[in-house]
Amino acid sequence: MAEVIGQGLMLVGALFIFLAALGVVRMPDLFMRMHANTKSGTLGIGFIMLGAAFCFSDSTATLRAVAVILFMLLTAPISSHLLARAAYFSGIPLWEKTLSDDLRGQYDMVTHGLPGGHDAEAQGAVPSRDVK
Amino acid sequence: MIFVILFTLMIAAMLLALVRLILGPSLPDRVVALDLIAVSAVGMTGIYAVFTDQPIYLDEAMVLALIAFLGTSAYAHFIEKGGVPWRKS
Repeated sequence: MAEVIGQGLMLVGALFIFLAALGVVRMPDLFMRMHANTKSGTLGIGFIMLGAAFCFSDSTATLRAVAVILFMLLTAPISSHLLARAAYFSGIPLWEKTLSDDLRGQYDMVTHGLPGGHDAEAQGAVPSRDVK
Repeated sequence: MIFVILFTLMIAAMLLALVRLILGPSLPDRVVALDLIAVSAVGMTGIYAVFTDQPIYLDEAMVLALIAFLGTSAYAHFIEKGGVPWRKS
């Protein structure tokens, strides 16, 4: 019984990774491709390792599988955020049908910082809200 | 039978990522494709551990995940610090 549940979970995970690959090929924009790609890291590996833990039904194997899941849940958002931030600074063109880009003009392109709060208003980096 | 389907799905994912790796118009696209290839290698190692009934392969999956994270963040640092000027499309 545990074998069948484990193999079903692994099938779900493999399907998630396949769909992520399909999205990486088909999506028109780098950021949409990354949006599709992050499903493979968390959901795909999560389901596959959960299925492996079900199939082994052994405490050490389960511990290793859970460690892999935790590690992927911890590192996949970090690497995706780093890559998207670097790509945005590089001036990757957005899709031509993109409706809005809230970050346009907000980043300081020299220091790669995001002005905000009272310090930036005092330095005149962003226009103050209450003073016309 | 189920393992044939699983390995076919993973190999298809790797081949699709290889298409993006070759076509990708910019360097971050190629890094995304490499990340997907590494992630599908991790998943394939997990499936292979169940296929051969050897739990020791789960350790290899963990190490592979660590290497993939290090590679992606190193590429992101390289791109953010200037990188190579790729052709603008």
